[in-house]
Amino acid sequence: MAFDTGLVLLVLGVAVWTIVARDTFAAVVGFVAYGLLLALVWVRLAAPDVALTEAAIGSGVTGVLLLGASTRLRRTETSGAGEKPGITLRLAAGMLCALVSAGVAAIVLKFPEPAPTLAPQTAANIVATGLGNPVTAVLMAYRAIDTLLETVVLLLALVGIWSLAQDRVWGGFPGPRHHADLEGVLTFIAQLLVPVGILVGIHIFWIGSVAPGGEFQGATILAAMWILAMITGLVDAPPVSRRWLRLMLLAGPAVFLAIGLAGFAMTGAFLAYPAPYAKLLIVTIEVPVMLSIAAALALLVAGPPERRPQR
Amino acid sequence: MSTAMLYGLCSAVLVGLGLFGLIVHPQPLRKILAFNLIGGGVFLLFGVVARRGAGVGFGGDPVPQALVITGLVVAFAATALAVALLLRLFEQTGQATLRLDG
Repeated sequence: MAFDTGLVLLVLGVAVWTIVARDTFAAVVGFVAYGLLLALVWVRLAAPDVALTEAAIGSGVTGVLLLGASTRLRRTETSGAGEKPGITLRLAAGMLCALVSAGVAAIVLKFPEPAPTLAPQTAANIVATGLGNPVTAVLMAYRAIDTLLETVVLLLALVGIWSLAQDRVWGGFPGPRHHADLEGVLTFIAQLLVPVGILVGIHIFWIGSVAPGGEFQGATILAAMWILAMITGLVDAPPVSRRWLRLMLLAGPAVFLAIGLAGFAMTGAFLAYPAPYAKLLIVTIEVPVMLSIAAALALLVAGPPERRPQR
Repeated sequence: MSTAMLYGLCSAVLVGLGLFGLIVHPQPLRKILAFNLIGGGVFLLFGVVARRGAGVGFGGDPVPQALVITGLVVAFAATALAVALLLRLFEQTGQATLRLDG
């Protein structure tokens, strides 16, 4: 309990820092720490799958995205000073937010006893999926429709970002070109880390069927390795009009949808897997889904095309 | 007070803090950051609900846990889109502000 209290104080302290810090870059650094501390909280709440996701996406990839944006927007930093709301408005906002917090806290204190849970139902049906990790079973079987729609959401976000490109660079390379400093420490670390990271990503994905892990966590690690290779200049981001890239992005949702529709023929329901083949089908979906998610995450960070495609 | 309850109260404070940042910060990037802070609080609340639903050998109810994993990915996608819109605004106007008179 002492550990948990200390952890809560740390989380709240870092959260306050991200709000009050004057410098946006410093605030973003605070946010990365916030995500990592939350990952620890998830471990304490017996949710290691979520802890991995939080550390990888909530803290890591979001952190890279926001750090990059704060660097590009650095010179607008001072111009916002005149827009700061007056003390009255800030006090009013503070009171409103305290009220919202109190409301949520009241709900927390009044949670029903015994707590409602779907754990017994998950446990009763997990054998049919052939999986050992209940969270993966929920993601890939009971709530597979959420996961399918999520892969589509990622694509929609990417389409949104790409469509922000100027006409003259359409189909070109995303983001600025980073040049590798072959003597530099960062390049050396990237060369060392990327192969190891790719192995770790695939391992986390594969082990996800029986232990904490899964395609989201694995995909995020793979995406992170790609992003690392791109920002250190080891590889350039591919032009967004490349056919292999489009196919890689579409493979996951397409296979997922195809097997989902095949469920009608096999068992009479969308996204229902016939029991003896459940695990085989789930893995068949997971492999392309992981590749698609990894590509989408990396390209979401890379941003809209900014350089003309080569002819 | 149970551990889950402690984290539940923590999530309540995080939601309030994030909302405060969202309202008072004039810079859009700080608003995006604050919004993600709220997200962290809301997801944590799900975690508390999941933890309370522990049973049959599971440390927590896997359904809300899976929802949070989906939520984290979607939150990232939305953040990336928001950041791209903001950078485009900056590229177009040379400033990053939400003021209507520009």
